[in-house]
Amino acid sequence: MRKLISSVSPHVNSPLTTQKIMLDVVLALVPAGIAATIIFGWRALLVIGVCVAVCVFSEWGFEKICKKENTISDLSAVVTGMLLAYNLPVSIPLWQAALGSVIAIVVVKQLFGGIGQNFANPAITARIIMMTAFSGTMTTWVFPDAISTATPLAMISKGNLDGLPSYLQMFLGYRGGCLGETCTLALLLGGVYLLVKRVISWHTPVAFIGTVAVMSLVCGKDVLYQLMAGGLMIGALFMATDYSSTPPTKWGKVIFGIGCGLITVLIRFWGNFPEGVSFSILIMNILTPYITKLTRSKPFGAGGGKR
Amino acid sequence: MKLHGIKVQHRKNTAASAPVRLPVPDEVVIPMSMHIGKPASVVVKKGDAVKVGQLIGERDGFVSAPIHSSVSGTVSKIDEITMSAGQKVQAVFIKTDGKQEMAEDITPPVVTDFESFVKAVQDSGVVGLGGAGFPTFIKVNVNDLSKIEALVINAAECEPYITSDTRTMIDKPDYVFKGIEAVRRYMGVKRFIIGIEDNKKEAIKVMKQYASKADGVEVSVLPSLYPQGGEKVLVYNTTGKVIPQGGLPLDVGIIVGNVTTIATIAEYLETGIPLIEKCVTVDGSAVREPTNLIVPIGTRIQNLLDACGGLKEDPAKVIYGGPMMGISVPSLDAPILKMTNAIIAMGEKEAAPPKTTQCINCGNCLSHCPFRLDPKGIMHAYNIDDCEMLEELCVDICMECGCCSYVCPAKRPLVQTNKMAKQKLRAYQNARKAKEEKK
Repeated sequence: MRKLISSVSPHVNSPLTTQKIMLDVVLALVPAGIAATIIFGWRALLVIGVCVAVCVFSEWGFEKICKKENTISDLSAVVTGMLLAYNLPVSIPLWQAALGSVIAIVVVKQLFGGIGQNFANPAITARIIMMTAFSGTMTTWVFPDAISTATPLAMISKGNLDGLPSYLQMFLGYRGGCLGETCTLALLLGGVYLLVKRVISWHTPVAFIGTVAVMSLVCGKDVLYQLMAGGLMIGALFMATDYSSTPPTKWGKVIFGIGCGLITVLIRFWGNFPEGVSFSILIMNILTPYITKLTRSKPFGAGGGKR
Repeated sequence: MKLHGIKVQHRKNTAASAPVRLPVPDEVVIPMSMHIGKPASVVVKKGDAVKVGQLIGERDGFVSAPIHSSVSGTVSKIDEITMSAGQKVQAVFIKTDGKQEMAEDITPPVVTDFESFVKAVQDSGVVGLGGAGFPTFIKVNVNDLSKIEALVINAAECEPYITSDTRTMIDKPDYVFKGIEAVRRYMGVKRFIIGIEDNKKEAIKVMKQYASKADGVEVSVLPSLYPQGGEKVLVYNTTGKVIPQGGLPLDVGIIVGNVTTIATIAEYLETGIPLIEKCVTVDGSAVREPTNLIVPIGTRIQNLLDACGGLKEDPAKVIYGGPMMGISVPSLDAPILKMTNAIIAMGEKEAAPPKTTQCINCGNCLSHCPFRLDPKGIMHAYNIDDCEMLEELCVDICMECGCCSYVCPAKRPLVQTNKMAKQKLRAYQNARKAKEEKK
């Protein structure tokens, strides 16, 4: 007779794992990747491939050097690689994309302790660093036919309204912009998938997108245009819903979303930059610990008072 | 406000099968600690002949319970055995003679008022049969009976696999309602609420049928959401009352009793036979034919497994009770206790411990805790030894239901840490109190 395992309850666990969650996010990002390839050509796929490969390799390498447990199988580095690529112009030099990937994984994620420990979103922070370092290549928007164009938000902010794409073009993603952010349709598909699979909750995206919509309406802007332009959809659905850098509480998510929406609108309408989604998420990332503390619920029956 | 919970796989494979009586085994092992509190003291010695229902362990101290022989036969030895929590306890080993002769002094107790009712409950040896094992007579011995607004009968049976309470409701509804009548007569309680999860259709039907003929008995059908049968959860979901931190149901005018506990008391009042046998669900991935068995208390687990068509594979882990809150047993020689309602024998695959990875801050533990605690924060506070933080996070409210550990995608030992954190906080608070008293 073998010895029985002795352990503390529970003796059963849900089948959910980190890897399954990340796999769902990867799947949810696939439509936007396909759209990017159709809209911007095969180079989009190349940029995505380089970012994913370098992210995974940096994670593996860093953990090897630091003698930490290898975690690339949790697929979180793949998600970071895809998100970073989606936030880059299709014409980005590959070495810059690779450098950005190393920054995302090593500097923003691993130096803070790896998955779940980073206070800022790796893809967004890397993108902001790259925008500062490579401002030229990071703001060149090229279509497959090699025609350079400005993003719709840049056109609006310069008052150049003649060349603006139609609503349908905006919805399908035929406009200047980062390779994964333009196709609203594909991003919504992915977002709905994540909501249905309960990987994300509706609170952050609804609060974020809702705030931008309301503020656009109040400020007399074209609401639909504001929602489909820039990086709002990818930001609200995929980046502001990142677990480790956003509040886990329900009300925390609502506050986080509203904050992101307000900062985005501030930058878009009055700031120097045409777009502010990345900055808004990064700023709210920094506030996350306080928001979490503020919105912690009162435990059931706590304090001994009768209700 | 809605209390959170988790949807577990019910696996109530044995709900429709009537319990089978196991032949009396050759030997039973009856430990003197089958309740919360001080172990009973042995009153028989090696070589003594004992009969069914005979007292073999006397109540020792206030929080304790008497223990009776479940068989007739001869005491073969009195020895220490190791219980599942690791503590050593005196146990009476009895070689059975197969005759199952009743002790001569078994007669229905004379109950005329509240005092004699409490005495009868005490003599019945009944303890909380939902699994807790708290001596029931202490629970019913309420100082001010006018404080009791209602008796909530816990028939939720929210753990996977277990169907022994379901069978009590289907097979012994008379006793459930006789128990209710006794509580009405001797304790003056007027309102009774039977809380049942909605996956027990047959039991609900029977209970409703009986309730329609009784006064002031409601059947509250609750969603099958673990931990529906947690005391505070059940009281809130059936009455809307919130039991305060550190408080008891009585603080909000409620007493709670498990349905089998109530039925067993009624059985004792009618027959005078104390708690000596249990209906036990035997299930789990290693069991060939999941069955409900009626067995004498003290029967070894191995005997039960043998009676269920043997095993599909060597069990890797065997637990008393359900998989969410059950206790793993040290060996198959361990006996069935008073509060054992199930034996789950898990095969290699079911018992395999999950691999723990780093927390990803998904918030699942927060959004599934019935009591809105922060298991992630508690783990952090525990790890850095911050007792003030543990106090602020109210870890003492945790009922150890295990929802947090269940839903964690990183398979972190959250409720396991809560248990240790509760002890750490208690020690800290006691030390602080002692220090203040010194001043």
